Amino acid sequence: MSAAGHVAGAPAPSRAFKLRRAVSRQAWTLGVVAILVVLLIIEANVAPLFTSFDVQSLVISGMPLAFAAMAQSVVVLSRGIDLSVGSVMALTNVIAAQLMQDQKTLGSALLISALVLVIGVAIGTLNGLAVVFSRVPDIVVTLALSFVWAGVALIVLPTPGGGSPTSFQELSTASDLWEWIPNGLLILAGVYLVVWVPLRSRRIGLAMYAVGSDATAAGLSGVQVGRTRILAYTFGGLFAAFGGLALTSTTGIGSPLSGEFYTLTSVAAVVIGGVSLAGGKGGLLGPIIAAFILSAAVTVLVFAGVDANYGQVIQGALIVLMVMFGGLLLRRRG
Amino acid sequence: MSVAARAEDAPPRTSDRFKAFIVDQPLVLLGAILVLLVIACTIKKPSYFSGDQAGAVLRYAAPLAIMAAGQTIALLTRGIDLSMGATATAAAYVMASNASDGTVRAIALGLGVGLAVGLANGIGVGIFLVQPLIMTLGMAGIVTGLLTVRASGNRLGGTNVPSIVRDVGGESLVGFVPNSLILWTAVSVVLILALRGSGFGRMLYAYGNNPTAMRMAGMRAWQLLLATYVLSGLLAAVSGILLAGLINAADLGLADSLLLPSVAAAVIGGTSIFGGIGTYSGTIMGALILTVLDSLLTLLNVDDAYRQIIYGLIILALVTLYAQVQRRA
Repeated sequence: MSAAGHVAGAPAPSRAFKLRRAVSRQAWTLGVVAILVVLLIIEANVAPLFTSFDVQSLVISGMPLAFAAMAQSVVVLSRGIDLSVGSVMALTNVIAAQLMQDQKTLGSALLISALVLVIGVAIGTLNGLAVVFSRVPDIVVTLALSFVWAGVALIVLPTPGGGSPTSFQELSTASDLWEWIPNGLLILAGVYLVVWVPLRSRRIGLAMYAVGSDATAAGLSGVQVGRTRILAYTFGGLFAAFGGLALTSTTGIGSPLSGEFYTLTSVAAVVIGGVSLAGGKGGLLGPIIAAFILSAAVTVLVFAGVDANYGQVIQGALIVLMVMFGGLLLRRRG
Repeated sequence: MSVAARAEDAPPRTSDRFKAFIVDQPLVLLGAILVLLVIACTIKKPSYFSGDQAGAVLRYAAPLAIMAAGQTIALLTRGIDLSMGATATAAAYVMASNASDGTVRAIALGLGVGLAVGLANGIGVGIFLVQPLIMTLGMAGIVTGLLTVRASGNRLGGTNVPSIVRDVGGESLVGFVPNSLILWTAVSVVLILALRGSGFGRMLYAYGNNPTAMRMAGMRAWQLLLATYVLSGLLAAVSGILLAGLINAADLGLADSLLLPSVAAAVIGGTSIFGGIGTYSGTIMGALILTVLDSLLTLLNVDDAYRQIIYGLIILALVTLYAQVQRRA
């Protein structure tokens, strides 16, 4: 608010002010990037042998969470919260693994992926419709629906199983371009550039931010609040389906309980990534990087000789401390 | 309120009066739903309508309702406590792994876990102004992680639920009245009276209604929030210990499955997620409804997958119905 305090009639902002404003607007994302870089430097030093393989495994472990974080971010930006992200990921994961089981070629796997994405979009839209038409708070509706989607996942595949062609798994596990740039990272970047970047500056994206910062004001200015919120969930479903496909690709199989971890961790990634839970503030890049921070922190500690069981403790402490620290920073800035 | 305003122009219609009645007396609607569920269970299995069955339902509802009590308080302040499942599990585990050194000490240690987690949450939310969702989510990770580390170093120690805890959690006093009902009743009476009459209760509602106004009016919000989360931490510990007594085991995933139902119980019972609205009597009904629903699904012998789907859809239907009724009146 204070950064954008340009009042009509006041002199145009100077270039230095614009630069300062740009930096301060992106300050959080820059900070998150810095933390990831520091973590990677530490990892490179404590790992017995730091090779491109370590980058690969970071991408493999962080990719599903990064998609979960994207799914959660779109919804949180428009002042919702989606506690069904994990279940939807599990559901799309098992559908993909079930359908790809007997497929041999990459082409057929990609065709199935497209179908799974459509299913994700449909589920997301249903979530959005339920939230908007029930007029019950998002957190309650998506919580109830998380049981539903988790149940459907169990029907599709009661126990871990299914399969996927090796060529599909290599979409996330191999590095075809350059050994230091895993394919998974390219796919993640591709989805970000193809889906989110065009979206955010268009009418729908702006409407999401508007609804997120003040739904009443947005409604009075002609934004269709209900439709915008439904669309946010639709995109959430799309990203969650990407997450489910990432699970299928990185693990090779489908597991009906694979999503449990992602619901609440995606909320954590969103907050660490600088998206306000009150809506309207932040982007998708921060949460994506935060997802990798959460994955890398555990790896670094394991390399440093800490009991792997402390992973959850570290992630929890990281969430709390970053939010605490960020809150203090923001308050000092006014 | 809107009914009163309209009454000046024209006499209220019967349907409006009915809706107003439902809104003023939400327990009636919840009670009707509970009765319907019990009737459904009885149709499926005639012997369901019995004292023993009621005792079983109450025994299973008690840990959920006590956890939901803490959740209700947190929701009233516009917060939420997502660490309650982890706290309950940790409290039960700590109690059970210390059982060999005396029961009183073991239970005190278990409650101490709840106190410690509650204090940490309260300091984070009250003093450092971290959003409750994030603070308690982070704490849940920390508690679960520490517990896993501890348990992996304690494989030889083993756990043991003290007999008195088993008695309270799983046994009956007279006939079918379970011992845990006494504890639950005590919690309920204190909480309902405190929410209605005490300064703490009024502050909870006032703060939940409008935190900014209360802060401006000079209220020390951090004290209230600290007390709230300490209380929810302690109630989580009690619920976990009770559950350990009921199933006579304390494993590492003991109470995790109670967390989301505890939120659902409070919300079904009419507690607003936006703070300031809600009662514990409503939450009790919510917990009973969820427990009976669970036993109905067991009776119908539904597959776990379909069970989750039905469970989710019914919660959704209940809260939607509630929201519609509340709005139109």
